[in-house]
Amino acid sequence: EALVINDPDFQHEDLNFLSRSQRYEQAIRKSSLMVMKLREYGIADPEEIYWFKSFVHRGRPEPLDLHLGMFLPTLLTQATPEQQDRFFMPAWNLEIIGTYAQTEMGHGTHLRGLETTATYDPATQEFILNSPTVTSIKWWPGGLGKTSNHAIVLAQLYTQGQCKGLHAFIVPIRQLGTHEPLPGITVGDIGPKFGYDEMDNGYLKMDNFRIPRENMLMKYAQVEPDGTYVKPLSDKLTYGTMVFIRSLIVGDSARALSRACTIAIRYSAVRHQSELKPGEPEPQILDYQTQQYKLFPLLATAYAFHFVGAYIKDTYRRVSGDINEGDLSELPELHALTAGLKAFTSWTANAGIEECRMACGGHGYSRCSGIPDIYVTFTPSCTYEGENTVMMLQTARFLVKSYNQVSSGQRVAGMVSYLNDLSRQRIQPQHVAARAVTVRINDPVSLVEAYKARAARLVEAAAKNLQAELNHRKSKEDAWNRTSVDLVRASEAHCHYVIVKLFTAKLSEISNAALRAVMTELCLLYALYGISKNTGDFLQVGILTDAQITQVNQHVKELLAIIRPNAVALVDSFDFHDIHLGSVLGRYDGNVYENMFEWAKKSPLNKTEVHESFHKHLKPMQAKL
Amino acid sequence: GVNPDLASERQTASFSVGRLTTLLDGGAERTRLRRAVVEAIERDPVFSRENEYFQSQNERYEAAVRKAIHLQKKMREMGWTEDGPEFTYICRALSGDVAFLLHRVFIRSISVLGSDKQVAKWIPLATEYQLIGSYAQTELGHGTYLQGLETTAVFDTTTQEFILNTPKISAMKWWPGDMGRSATHTVVFAQLYVRGKCYGVHPFIVQIRSLQDHSLCPGITAGDIGPKMNFEHVDNGYLMLQNVRIPRENMLNKFCEVQPDGTYIRRGSQKINYFTMTTVRVSLISDEVILPLMKACTIAIRYSVVRRQSKLNPGEEEAKILDYQTQQEKLLPPLAAAYAFHFINNYLHKLFDRGYKEIQGRKFDSLPELHAFSSGFKAMVSQHCIAGVEICLRACGGHGYSLLSGLPSLYTKIFASCIYEGENTILLLQTARFLIKCFTAASAGRPIPPSVTYLAAVKPRKCPAKEKLDFLSPDVYTEAYQHTAIRLLSSTAAKLQDLIQSGVEKHEAWNQCTVQLVQAAKAHCHYITVKNFVETVEKLENEAGIQKIMKHLCDLFALHGIFSNAGVFLHDGYISGAQMDMVTASYLDLLGVIRKDAVPLVDAFDFTDKSLNSALGNFDGHVYQRLYEWAQKSPTNKQMSPAYVRYLQPLLHNKLSKL
Repeated sequence: EALVINDPDFQHEDLNFLSRSQRYEQAIRKSSLMVMKLREYGIADPEEIYWFKSFVHRGRPEPLDLHLGMFLPTLLTQATPEQQDRFFMPAWNLEIIGTYAQTEMGHGTHLRGLETTATYDPATQEFILNSPTVTSIKWWPGGLGKTSNHAIVLAQLYTQGQCKGLHAFIVPIRQLGTHEPLPGITVGDIGPKFGYDEMDNGYLKMDNFRIPRENMLMKYAQVEPDGTYVKPLSDKLTYGTMVFIRSLIVGDSARALSRACTIAIRYSAVRHQSELKPGEPEPQILDYQTQQYKLFPLLATAYAFHFVGAYIKDTYRRVSGDINEGDLSELPELHALTAGLKAFTSWTANAGIEECRMACGGHGYSRCSGIPDIYVTFTPSCTYEGENTVMMLQTARFLVKSYNQVSSGQRVAGMVSYLNDLSRQRIQPQHVAARAVTVRINDPVSLVEAYKARAARLVEAAAKNLQAELNHRKSKEDAWNRTSVDLVRASEAHCHYVIVKLFTAKLSEISNAALRAVMTELCLLYALYGISKNTGDFLQVGILTDAQITQVNQHVKELLAIIRPNAVALVDSFDFHDIHLGSVLGRYDGNVYENMFEWAKKSPLNKTEVHESFHKHLKPMQAKL
Repeated sequence: GVNPDLASERQTASFSVGRLTTLLDGGAERTRLRRAVVEAIERDPVFSRENEYFQSQNERYEAAVRKAIHLQKKMREMGWTEDGPEFTYICRALSGDVAFLLHRVFIRSISVLGSDKQVAKWIPLATEYQLIGSYAQTELGHGTYLQGLETTAVFDTTTQEFILNTPKISAMKWWPGDMGRSATHTVVFAQLYVRGKCYGVHPFIVQIRSLQDHSLCPGITAGDIGPKMNFEHVDNGYLMLQNVRIPRENMLNKFCEVQPDGTYIRRGSQKINYFTMTTVRVSLISDEVILPLMKACTIAIRYSVVRRQSKLNPGEEEAKILDYQTQQEKLLPPLAAAYAFHFINNYLHKLFDRGYKEIQGRKFDSLPELHAFSSGFKAMVSQHCIAGVEICLRACGGHGYSLLSGLPSLYTKIFASCIYEGENTILLLQTARFLIKCFTAASAGRPIPPSVTYLAAVKPRKCPAKEKLDFLSPDVYTEAYQHTAIRLLSSTAAKLQDLIQSGVEKHEAWNQCTVQLVQAAKAHCHYITVKNFVETVEKLENEAGIQKIMKHLCDLFALHGIFSNAGVFLHDGYISGAQMDMVTASYLDLLGVIRKDAVPLVDAFDFTDKSLNSALGNFDGHVYQRLYEWAQKSPTNKQMSPAYVRYLQPLLHNKLSKL
């Protein structure tokens, strides 16, 4: 960290004052420097590279992200040894800069719908790549617009007149040396976006562009010189990368939300407004109940997601170890869980960042608060690596499957094992949760049970509604579609349960008593606030009574007051460096107003005392009127 | 031609789109006028917004100034006036992307707060643009809470002047539009001191820049506050005052005056100072909040019938994404809300016009009600609209994040509305204070304003619905909303009372109840909105087709509210668990019904392609072609990036191999 922050080469003007083109240029400059410095310092450990990179770019995207994050790893996992010899070292040395071109203008999460074609021509032993329609133009890949000279392109493979589905191809797109697009290639930047200014997201259109047969990534599937297609052994393996990236997003959610909380809570301790007691000076806005009610549940959420992120990372490591040993049994649950948690955490963090911004009043809207930047950088994660609603429905598919297994008398394991209880209740003819009025609202373990009952009841309701639709002799797909709102609710309840459970489990691992006490308060707040925001689910089937809900609401407010004295310490613990936070409102030293003024003076509109518009427009008008 | 996927949606409309447009405009004549104004503006290349997404802050500001000045010319040419019927349509056509909006607030505040003499002096200068005004209230350290402002205006009897100061950094005026670069004058709100005594916040006209060369006047420090999430075209500014002297006549003195000898005189209510703000708040609801939601719905719904993804049935082509229930659940409730808010906004305007007349006649009785109304509705409507626009943005998948979709700028713009003209939480608490007062009065049998008489009503304790169709009866859901609003308010009032009786100080008790108070104020506004929607639908009896679809939207708006706040309705058993399942079933059924008319319902908003400024939302639905062509015009594609020669080339050409 200090290595980067103290390095004069990495200093630059405040990004908020730069145009998009300048921001791109700064990012490229820093990336180039970074690669050289990494080697100069001999940093090679992936974890260390990750931290180094995140400090160089201060947690922001950069044009080489796809090269480092997708192009190189894909070569490693999907290229044959010969292909690695040809491409890997040049790519490692950045003679080849690559990107990963999957999404098309008309097609996103539904991969099978991609339209780009790669047709094998045995006569020349080449693939002919085409973007046959406007909708098939590759659209969005990072680093494609201006930076890359190669791309791994996903296309429908046609050989011997048959479509063999999606495969990956290494496609050179720009001339080495001049960087001009190659004949048959149309490539460019897709224009300005909501954030991601430093990234040249691009488009790519291919017209009868030929590449040698050896450019198809052939570690798994292969096309032989005569055009014979050799199938890969298992297609489940490609799940692995997706699971990995989605699990990273869970951690990203925690970090983005922690940053926003740090800014909003520190600022709320500095800002004074109105009066609480007549005649007394204006209090810190953090003393208002409404402000605490906005921010502390988010703080608790940030901690909850932090623990969930760590859990997912560990689980992924363990399960991928199993996979290497050939054991795929845990993969479906992990896949379902990461999909749902990716959606749940990114949706929640997204809304939470907004809430933090609004909690900072007008100044939150200024770029100097840093929150707009956090928001625009984070919010696309609701869409990329699997659109969130689609992710929730994948989790739901697993939940319904598990429910059906239980109904048919089998037992299920893992996080869904609570569904086993449903069958037991069916034997004793009793409503799902009618027994659960014993919930103790001061006890996290008991609250886990309440969340469990809610998840069970919503999974059951969705599964039953689905069955009812099916009984109307609708097609399976139609019935699924007509139940999808219920299914998403079930997935959300399941994910919510998992998070409360993991947070609660974490408490017993904390040995320091003071720390455990404050974490228990946060855990309780997280669980109780979740109930108070979803009271309908808990009331409707009697998991909790009216009186208990009133107590829950009351206890939430008591917890706000209990957490208040520790609030700033709890965000300080996230340990974000001021430079990394990039916020005038969230400064560690709290000298907000002086620094806002200093910051504003640097605005491009203030470069001259009298703006040129005065001479060009205002003055002539006043003279004429 | 029109994309067949979009064309087919229009063939099955259950009502006449043209008639609905007329209804929304308030008559055929207005529709004609609106279209004429919009056409005249959009035909003029100076007003084009095509390059807006590619421009820097400096370029946007300059364009906005150029447009504002061209607009003056245009208005004279066309014979339009600022208070003519065309003016709202001009604003609509420009989408707010024009300078000098605060100049109008400057004019408005002088006409409301200034004496006849002041109006005669300043208004002609301002309307002739011999000066450019701004309106400086907010300070770096102080926002919605006006009494906390720190800027001072001290009266000096010997020179008959006020001496203005921003005594410390947090007192610096911060955020006022048009002030950073353009304004020559501004209305400054400052604490008035005469002979050492503070009389509270008052408005003063202060010159800040020279009328000759636009340089800053002595004692003035002013500039732009730097980049924001949006409004790059507005030069929001800061202002420091150091012993700036202005003549006694520059205090706006229709309601308060300092006489030459320093005697302070008050005429009428002090509250009038807030009136400018209240009027701004009301006009804001429609232009800055509801229109963006309508635009976002138009873009997202049109795109959702053009975009196809995955298959609903095997063997068929990929389905339109609007055919997915989850997509309908995202987009149709905001659409229903846009209609609900359009109608509540009409209601507010009527209420307000009446109040305005009363105040002109120096009758201030309705001020508290108007104030409570405008605060609560501004907060509720803006919160809903912000959420709605964001849903639209995220419902468009990756392309929603491209600025060319038009959605990010709608979002970042509407985002600001939850803060300016009063932070939403504080506004809701003001409404709550009014409601608690009325509730106490009603309990004691005292008269209360007409809009809240329901607080005195005694109604059944259980919802009478027996099957899901019963929830399509407006009486059933309106009563549920009414019951909930009363329950939340009365339980909060009781809690407040308990706390005070148990010895907690009044202000502390208030703070302990604020979370509930906010909830109660929202429930009140939600109830009034539902009730008003129902009444609007009832009045449409001469328009059978429109009445039917509006009834569906009204049902959807109401049931979506119950569905998403289930706990509040379940809490005291007014609605039972079984009834809640009926609500859910009815609500989901409605999605399928309204789906068929979704495109005609957004077509009826009648936005031109230019005003949407979106590659995804065009009337003809040629989404992908437009996205591709527009992206190619991006400056990043026009020139070779200097980054290549400076950094990429050395990188690619193996400088690294030295390492």
